[in-house]
This record gives sequence, C-alpha cells and structure tokens, in this order.
Amino acid sequence: MLRFVVRRLAGMAIVLFAVSVLIFLIFNVVPNSNPAQQLAGKNARPFLVKNIEEEWGFDKSLPEQYVTMMKLVVNGELTSYEPRIPVNDRIKEGIPATISLSVGAGIIWLFFGILLGYLSALKPGGLLDRLLTAVAVAGISIPVFLLAPVFIYVLAEQLELFPNGGYVPISEDPGEWFKHLILPWVTLAILSIGFYSRVLRSNMLDVMNEDYVRTARAKGLSERKVMTRHVLRNSLIPIITLFGLDFGATIAGTAIITETLYDINGVGSYAADAVTNFELPPIMGVTLYGAFFVVFINALVDITYAYLDPRVRLGEAAAE
Amino acid sequence: MSPEPLLSVSDLQVGFATEGGLLQAVDGVNFELRPGEVLAIVGESGSGKSVTAQTIMGLTRGHNSRIEGSVQLDGEELLTAGDAAMRKLRGERIAMVFQDPMTSFNPVYRLGAQIVEAIRAHRPDTSKADARARVVELFDSVGIPEAERRVDDYPHEFSGGMRQRAMIAMALALEPEVLIADEPTTALDVTIQAQILRLLEDLNRERNLATILITHDLGVVAEVADRVLVMYAGKVVEQGTLDEIFYDPQHPYTWGLLGSLTRLDRPRPKRLPQISGAPPSLLELPEGCPFRPRCPHEFSKCTQVPGLEARLPDAPKHCDRCWLTPEQKREKRHVEGQIGLEAPA
Repeated sequence: MLRFVVRRLAGMAIVLFAVSVLIFLIFNVVPNSNPAQQLAGKNARPFLVKNIEEEWGFDKSLPEQYVTMMKLVVNGELTSYEPRIPVNDRIKEGIPATISLSVGAGIIWLFFGILLGYLSALKPGGLLDRLLTAVAVAGISIPVFLLAPVFIYVLAEQLELFPNGGYVPISEDPGEWFKHLILPWVTLAILSIGFYSRVLRSNMLDVMNEDYVRTARAKGLSERKVMTRHVLRNSLIPIITLFGLDFGATIAGTAIITETLYDINGVGSYAADAVTNFELPPIMGVTLYGAFFVVFINALVDITYAYLDPRVRLGEAAAE
Repeated sequence: MSPEPLLSVSDLQVGFATEGGLLQAVDGVNFELRPGEVLAIVGESGSGKSVTAQTIMGLTRGHNSRIEGSVQLDGEELLTAGDAAMRKLRGERIAMVFQDPMTSFNPVYRLGAQIVEAIRAHRPDTSKADARARVVELFDSVGIPEAERRVDDYPHEFSGGMRQRAMIAMALALEPEVLIADEPTTALDVTIQAQILRLLEDLNRERNLATILITHDLGVVAEVADRVLVMYAGKVVEQGTLDEIFYDPQHPYTWGLLGSLTRLDRPRPKRLPQISGAPPSLLELPEGCPFRPRCPHEFSKCTQVPGLEARLPDAPKHCDRCWLTPEQKREKRHVEGQIGLEAPA
C-alpha cells in the first residue's frame, strides 16, 4: 500500500509538471497573448507596453518566467493580472459549489445509469429494453446548453417549481442548497445516465456469455441472483473506471456550461472567465487544480478496483 | 445393474433459430442411464454432445430454441417442468462439471464462497459456517491439499487441475444423482487428466453416481465408460457397450475416430490417420447420411438417411446408422488395417 501511494504521488508530480509546462507553452505561442499588451490597453504607446513588460517580468526568457510562476503556484501566491485577485482565493470560493454540483450529479448518474442499464440487459430486445434505449439515446443526444434553458424556462420560470439559478451554500441553508441544485444535478447527469446505461448494458450482455454465468445457473441459483451477483457485479468493474474519469473531470471544473447557465459560481465558471479574459495565472491555477483532482480520483479508482477484482491485487503484489 | 433407468432421454430434438434458419443441433437422441453407470458421449465439436447435456439441465431453454422429445429423471418429465422446478433440480439432483476450469468460476469471488452459494441456494437453512465446513470436507474428498486454508483462495490462485477438482467438489456438494461432465479433462495437462479421470471414476463407484461423460477423446472413453454414444452432426451414429464400440465398431465414422488414436501396441505410423474434411454445417446438411461427403465407402443407398438400428444378430443393443451390411463392414474395416479411414500418406 505504501509503495502504491509513493508511486502514485510520483506519478501525480510528473503529470502536474507536464500539464503546467504544456499550458505555459500553449499560452506563449498563441497569437496576441502578450499580457503586457492587454494590460496596457488598446492603442497603447510602445514604451508603455515595454514598461509593463519590465515591471511584470514578461521580458525575461520563457524558462525564467516559468520558474517565477511555479514559485508563485507552490507558495499559493498566484494572482490574476487585472484586477489583482489571488487565484487561490477564487478557486477556494468555487470549490464548495463545484463539489456540491459534482457529487450530487455523480450519485444521480451512477445510480440511474446502473439501474437503467441493468433493466435493459434483463431482456435484450424486449419492450423495456427498446424503450430504455430510446431514453438513453435521447439523453446522450440532448446538449446541456439546450436542456438547461428548457429546464429553467419551463420548471423554474413558468411552473416556478425550482429557483431560477444561483447557489446557496449548504452551511447557510441545506434546504435551499438542495432546491437550487436539483436542476443543475439532473442537467449534468442526464448525458451520463444515457451513456452509462448503454455501456453497462453491453458489458452485461458480454458477461452473460461467460462460462461462470453458465456455472451459476447450473448450480441452481435463482435468475435474480445470477443476474445481480454474477452478471452485474462483474459488469460494474469497467463502469467504475469510467466513473472515475468522468467524476474527476467534473470536480475539476469541466461542468462549465452547467455552472454558467445556472449561475453557480464554481470552479468551472471561474475557468470560463479566465479563458475569456485570457490571463495565464487563473488558467494555470484552474488547470493544475483540475489535473490534481483527475489524478487523485483515478488513484482512488485503482484502489477500488483492487477490491472489486482480486486478480488486480495479485498483479499489484507481483509488481512489487 | 438395476432394471429401472434413472435418466431416460428419448427422441430428443434441439433446434436453434438462427439468421440462417433453424439449426438442428440435436436430432433424435435416445439413451438410458442407470445409477453407477458411465455413459460416454463422443463426437467432434458441433456434433451436439454438449447441447444434449445442457438440454438435460434445462440450460438451453430460451425464446430462440425449440426442444422436443422427452427427458425423464426418475419418471419425472424435465422438458416440460417449470423453470422453478428445474432450478431446484440443477445442482441438487443433476450437477455438471464444465470443460474449462479457468473460466468456469467467477474470478471475483473466493472458491469456497462460490460453493457455499450453491449449497445455500438449495438449503437456505444451512448456516454459512456449516456450509463452509462442508466445502472443506468436499475439498478434502476430491484431493485438494490444505483444504481448510484453500477454500478462501480465489480461482486464479488455483492451478488448472486443482480448479477442476474444486469444480468437481462443487458438483458433488449436494450429492446429486446424475453427474454430467462436459469435457472435464480437455483443458488439462495429460498427467492431470489421468488424475481427474481416476477421481471421477472413484466417485462414480463410491457414490453410485449416474455419470454422463462428454468428450472427443476416445482414450478417456476407454478408461472409464461403460457405454458409448457416438454423435455426428446432431445424430447418434452408433451406440453400444464399450467393448462393442472398441472391438466391433460398425460405423465408418467410429472407425475414423478409432483409427486416429495413437496406439502403443502397433508400429508407429509416419503420420496419424485422420478423417478427411470437416463436419457439415448444421444449416446445410447433405442429403441422406450426414457423414456421406467424408465417407470413403459411400454407395448408392447413402442418399437416404439410415435409421439407428441394431444390425448385428447377436448384439441387440449395439445400434448404428450405416447402410453397409455387417459382413461388408468387417471386410472394409479389415482392408483398412488399422480401422482408419485414410491410409497414412
């Protein structure tokens, strides 16, 4: 276990380093990315731009600039250019909203994805399967930027069943927190429900042909036990991998559209702002935060994996 | 041998609806099995031997399968029995050992737990501890060393031979009356094969089990079987006692199977004889005898399907599906010398 943690931490450091270098380079090769020009404003005199470059250190070599920036990152002193707001503070502000959004949506999509996938695999080609397939395909096909406005218009504005966007911290009012998040959760979950149910269904159809499922029937287990203990259990392993990737990405702030449309000031909407303003420090901060969570959640997935599939444990021991 | 058969299969027909039409996997199989008896079903892949076994277990039921005929266990019809009744019977009265012990256990559960599951499915009152103790006992009886410790191993921690022993232990867990072993030794090393066969033989004798042994290996058959059923393209082409099949084989297909065995009591041929060609597709069976396209003795009458009949006056239970007269058969078999269809090239 200790070795696993050490190896994972080393891997994480490498990933974060690679991501930071990449972001830094991309930012510097994109045209019109000179931050001094931006800070000086439109039609600024060249000497003004030059002054700003010197003052902020934009005239130094790229490696020097990178090292300077990384020092700020490590010390948590990364600051956006204009206005000068500490990046850390903004991310910290956004985290509760983003985590609330991701965890809720994750629970919903995992639960319903598994439920619908399981139900449609019970009788492949049957009426229920065809109905659920249609639902899943619809869920996958409807884009979030269409679904969210429709939800807001119909359910929030016309029927007034839910509040129209915004976020209330759970510490302030748990009831309101919940009410405000239902629509964003469902919006974010629908695509994944469709996708997960399809993946689970096809996994289950594969597993049903396995010899050990035949063995389970031959020993006289009830059909429900065969389906849950043997077919479903073994089909969940790939689903967990998928969930790790998707959930990590959502916590990392990729639910940008949902956060923006529902007016939730999470990490995602901060990332969106950063990209719009085209400022390196917030982009760097948000990206590293995201990369950290993706790697972290995937390490958790690997640990879960070892519990779900004993053969993985052996592989781990053999590697050591 | 008690006169009353425990399991009797009559005119069993199993067809599957496929995209290419109805695939007749089993076409008219008849046999009876008594306690303590070992019946071997022999044939190439696709001859219908596994489908026959799985149909007895009720495992081929489904909306695209068509099953006719009769399978009776102790006088009780199984083909029309309800799903719940069949489920009760599986594992409890008829148990099965599968070909590939590598893939026949669920990799994510401990072996002991998988057998405990089988026991508790039929005897829900058994406590987990009692069921586990029973598994340790079973592991012991099938020759798994350190049974107490190894019940908690995962399948991948067992070798192939040990896994097959565990599979047999699972089949025996509820003391079934009928044991169906579907190619139980095919996936194993030769030395392990012998051990597993000996184990099956011992169990058969000790527990008076009625055993169906499915195999394509006549060496295995010679070792343990009392009676033999030779299947080809879904049909039984010859059936009789072990001695009848080995010393007086009537069907050219049986000659081919026997001829392709390596024999230590004959000079070694440069190349083992083989049956030329491949079994026909079950969707495009040839007219008449299904073995006709591969048979070197084909003649005009073979375009009609021969019935499964006893053709030898002194052996009323030795049946075959070949139009040749017994005299012709004896002669042709002898001409071929080693009872092979094709002389070694």
